[in-house]
Amino acid sequence: MKAISIQNISKWYKDTKALDHISLEVGRGQLFGLIGPDGAGKSTLFRILTTLLLADEGEAFVDGLHIEKDYREIRKRVGYMPGRFSLYQDLSVEENLSFFATIFGTTIAENYDLIKDIYVQIEPFKKRLAGKLSGGMKQKLALSCALIHKPSVLFLDEPTTGVDAVSRKEFWDMLKSLKEKNIAILVSTPYMDEATLCDKIALIQEGKILKIDEPEAMMAQFERPLFAVKTNSTYQLLKHLRVQSFTHSVLPFGECLHLVTTEALSPESIQEQLRSQGFIDVEVSKIRAGIEDVFLDLSHKAGNHA
Amino acid sequence: MRRLRFLIQKEFIQIFRNKALLPMMTLLPIIQLIILSNAASNEVKDVRIAVVDHDQSELSRALSNKIVANDRFSLLAAPFNKKEALDLMQLDEVDIVLEVPHDFEKQLYRGEAPQLQTLVNAINGQQATVGSGYLNGIIGSLNKEIRRSEPLFFSGLPKHNEPVVVTSNNWYNPELDYPHFMAPGILAELTALLTIVLTAMNTVREREIGTIEQINVTPIKKWEFILGKLVPFLCLGLVLLTVGLIASKLIFDIPIRGNIGLIFAYAVVNLICVLGFGLLISNFAETQQQAIFVAFFFVLIFVLMCGLFTPIDSMPKWAQYATIPNPLAHFISVSRKVLLKGSGLADIKMEFVYTIILALLFNAAAVWSYKKQE
Repeated sequence: MKAISIQNISKWYKDTKALDHISLEVGRGQLFGLIGPDGAGKSTLFRILTTLLLADEGEAFVDGLHIEKDYREIRKRVGYMPGRFSLYQDLSVEENLSFFATIFGTTIAENYDLIKDIYVQIEPFKKRLAGKLSGGMKQKLALSCALIHKPSVLFLDEPTTGVDAVSRKEFWDMLKSLKEKNIAILVSTPYMDEATLCDKIALIQEGKILKIDEPEAMMAQFERPLFAVKTNSTYQLLKHLRVQSFTHSVLPFGECLHLVTTEALSPESIQEQLRSQGFIDVEVSKIRAGIEDVFLDLSHKAGNHA
Repeated sequence: MRRLRFLIQKEFIQIFRNKALLPMMTLLPIIQLIILSNAASNEVKDVRIAVVDHDQSELSRALSNKIVANDRFSLLAAPFNKKEALDLMQLDEVDIVLEVPHDFEKQLYRGEAPQLQTLVNAINGQQATVGSGYLNGIIGSLNKEIRRSEPLFFSGLPKHNEPVVVTSNNWYNPELDYPHFMAPGILAELTALLTIVLTAMNTVREREIGTIEQINVTPIKKWEFILGKLVPFLCLGLVLLTVGLIASKLIFDIPIRGNIGLIFAYAVVNLICVLGFGLLISNFAETQQQAIFVAFFFVLIFVLMCGLFTPIDSMPKWAQYATIPNPLAHFISVSRKVLLKGSGLADIKMEFVYTIILALLFNAAAVWSYKKQE
């Protein structure tokens, strides 16, 4: 039995389709990433799976339980961390934790080993009000509260949004250790670089799933040649590359451009071509595709279909 | 049960941690009690009058003097024609114009009934009715005096001219002390009002901050959630009532004739009723702003139609029926009856029955409309 099984879930908000026939499965002890930009429908899917929202179409099972029929039982078994910090800001760290423990009919002591690694980091501040914690610490507290009743499935909606780089890394390390305790984790993030930290990912855009696979496999399947092009006059180069016959797509990536070509070319030949066009200071190197390249390529295709 | 206890405990921690809430629940009601009980009075203390005396007789002057001698009236002018007096009223200089006709004295001694005319500025209804009431009293007493001072003259007149003597006593509040009358009512009003507003805001606040999202994905049952909100605010309301009662006793020395336990027993029922109403509002509001607007809409109606400022008996019939679902009206009625009149349970049983029905309705609706799922 899968930890999460979603079959053809759709959801409309008035006329806009928030989710369009979503199907996916998450296994036990699997860290599953839902990767997509803001407004892709990630939070809607989370709210449906945590029984806060009813789907218009389709079925889903969480821990083998039907999300509509067995919603009471599901609420006892899942841990949910909403995208927005949703603990009581005017209660202290300790009060929040014991409040949620009691609500689930357990105690901090009973499941302490599960949250120990996370909680020790915020324990020195246990008398502090939750509202006065830093962003990273808030997330750790929220994760502790979501874990305190030993859930079998954990839903984390954008847990690392607005958190500094160090805390983000720590957070992902924690998720890895949780997974070893056989807890299934569904995590969403708008950061493509976090995708590789998951066991399996689904790329989602405008309520549709573009692809589901392991991140490594997804990157390996990127068939077209990909180059990073770096120059001083990025904008001119972008305009120039867009109209070249060998260009499949070209998009800005931070300080360089990622160029996908239709045919196999060597970096040197591209560099030559550009030099002859007056782009003197150009560096071209062949690179491996990242998740973001895959995402942009797929969303480009999806856009062409529409 | 352990879950409910923790919900209540959590709510109390939050209440005591809220720096604005406790002073709001203790200091503000006392201030309001003092201000409103003293200011909201039906007494008319200064009626400005103009007398147009066409008669200029001994009797008409005696009447003028009697009016001036009364400290509730101040004689502003004694013009010779009516137009001048009406101009004064137009300018809002006088509240009442008293017109004494020609041959006023002559007619009276002839045994006819002379007609005096009073013109009352009814822009201020209170001033008009109460003021002209006072004036009629003065004229009546003058009438009696004349008959007493000249018994021989009037003895020949028919018997029915003998004025009927009406004496009145103010029961339950012999000195017509307005704070005694107002304070119990205002106390009830404040208790109910603050609890409605506070509860209406509370659940919405959880929605606004997002904590309800987390709470909804827990096995908490609806009634546990509602009860977890109700109990702490019920305690707050009772504290408020106690503080208010002590303050009114100390400041106004209001009489406490009935059983104080009865007041508290009724207050518990009434508070549960208004709390349910507050929770009902908060279930339908998305933001605290919306909740406060809706709460105010109802609170205004409740306050203006609860019998605190205008007696329910003087409202039109439909409005009198409309006070039945108004928990405030029952609370005020009970607090006045028990405190001023010393009523027992039997005297206020209808208020109890109505309030219990309302409490059940509001709370059932609150539990029903609280949705953990969209």
